[in-house]
Amino acid sequence: MTADHHPPRMGFFTDTSVCIGCKACEVACKEWNNIPEDGLNFTGMSYDNTEGLGADTWRHVAFIEQRKPLATQVAGAEEGDLRWLMASDVCKHCTHAACLDVCPTGALVRTEFGTVVVQEDVCNGCGYCIPACPYGVIDQRKDDGRAWKCTLCYDRLQVGMEPACAKACPTDSIQFGVLDELRERAATRVEKLHEAGVPDARLYGHDPDDGVGGDGAFFLLLDEPEVYGLPPDPVVTTRDLPSMWRHVGVAAITMAAGIVAAFACGRRP
Amino acid sequence: MSTSDVTREGLKGVQPGRDAMVGVPGGKRRRGGEQPVVPDAKFSSYYGKPVINQPVWKAPDIAGYFYLGGLAGASSVLGLGAHITDRPALAKSCKLGALGAISLGTVGLVHDLGKPSRFINMLRVFKPTSPMNIGSWLLSAYAPAAGVAAFAAATGRLPKVGAFATAGAAAFGPLVSSYTAALICDTAVPSWHEGFREMPFVFVGSSATAAAGLGMLAAPVAEAGPARRAAVAGAALELGASQLLERRIGKPLADPYHQGKSGMMMRVAEGLTLAGTIGGVVLGRRSRVAAAVCGAALMAASALTRFAIFEAGMASAQDPAHTVGPQRERLEQRSSAKQG
Repeated sequence: MTADHHPPRMGFFTDTSVCIGCKACEVACKEWNNIPEDGLNFTGMSYDNTEGLGADTWRHVAFIEQRKPLATQVAGAEEGDLRWLMASDVCKHCTHAACLDVCPTGALVRTEFGTVVVQEDVCNGCGYCIPACPYGVIDQRKDDGRAWKCTLCYDRLQVGMEPACAKACPTDSIQFGVLDELRERAATRVEKLHEAGVPDARLYGHDPDDGVGGDGAFFLLLDEPEVYGLPPDPVVTTRDLPSMWRHVGVAAITMAAGIVAAFACGRRP
Repeated sequence: MSTSDVTREGLKGVQPGRDAMVGVPGGKRRRGGEQPVVPDAKFSSYYGKPVINQPVWKAPDIAGYFYLGGLAGASSVLGLGAHITDRPALAKSCKLGALGAISLGTVGLVHDLGKPSRFINMLRVFKPTSPMNIGSWLLSAYAPAAGVAAFAAATGRLPKVGAFATAGAAAFGPLVSSYTAALICDTAVPSWHEGFREMPFVFVGSSATAAAGLGMLAAPVAEAGPARRAAVAGAALELGASQLLERRIGKPLADPYHQGKSGMMMRVAEGLTLAGTIGGVVLGRRSRVAAAVCGAALMAASALTRFAIFEAGMASAQDPAHTVGPQRERLEQRSSAKQG
């Protein structure tokens, strides 16, 4: 397929350095996608009461409190002052998507925008995609049985609108656009931050050569990915599948040969 | 803090939020600012939360199926051997056992689905990147063959069709026993995934001991010789491969295989495997009762092994250190390789 046949690959660049933790993305996502309520919990994890991505949370704002000054600090701030990291997490829409690879029904598909979407009328709730995802994004909706995750607002994209979370984000922390353009913009942004004395700023999921072939939704982070609950070096599990099948084949032959030997070695009754 | 001015022509000097600078008032860039000298905060996870989502599979259905599918597949091979070498009682019990196991296992698989009514969607596509899809196709070829083989053995009717089906079931059987290893290893669960080289051998070894156990339990001593020898081979393969697996994946990924609930199950399974195998070889050729007891022990050991491996994966998925630790190590090795 060439670019003439489908629109360019679309994605998110989530710049956590300007996230203010307002959770408008979470709310907009729930409202637009009509996602059911999944518990009104108090977790004690800073301002985060959503805990993580799942079947009914497609945008999740993480809050991290650190005893660490925030780069070139505002006058009056002292060493040891609190720094608050906020980051809106979302499905990464991987180039090599494990959920899509392992889905036995073909319910998970890649759209013309290069995004990964579950067809809810096909999914039979086998649950294979859930442990396959290296980021812990997709999950099963308990009362419904099927797997659900961010669609990158496939319905809105089809009519030329931006996803609800990006639309609602008041600081443009969530930027939606053509992935190649977002990557360029992100590279410029991280350079600017380094110049401004924020050496911790780094991109995450932007590299097409990483273990998942690059994310369709990538991030600018201010600390190590694991601090935000993200895997530092995710690899699509199916990368090893050819080798797994070979090992399965050899094991199957070993078992057959062993049982044949069990008959051949003994005396006849 | 805003730097924009409101004029009659509209806002002037607006700085979009996306260009705001971290920790810099008014977005004015400070060049050559101080680099922070405070050491990095010690965080290895987000509030101790797992990085990956917990599998939603239920142990009785899925670990149960791993056991039953393994038992069925190996029983079909043992059944063919017995069929060819004219051991009618062993052949019959293997064929009936295979059908019973695969039927029960398939019920578990369907029961575990979030939408059981959509089971047939498994055969909507043919997809080698999905071990579950390939397994569904395998099952749809294997189970009817096992069914016809069992029908012919039980009724004595259609001997030629029965023989053909016996051969067919034995051809697919080893794959039915082993593909489930690829199924669990093809996930992001660290203690499963990293063991993908040895896991199929653990599974087929465990399958062979289960089928051998069935043979020893159900067939007369005189016919069960091959079952006893298969038990020795299966136990050696299973225990050897498990040792290799644990050694290769190392700490902390191997911990669930010998710690906690899963570790306990693994130890009991190993004990039963050894006891059943040695007992079967020593006493099983003389005493029918001893053979039956040892056979049952081997079947229980095989089931426990699968449940232990299943639980080990659950524990691994729950622990952010399992996901983050090895990945971090990998990154450090890569960066030191780049420098060195």
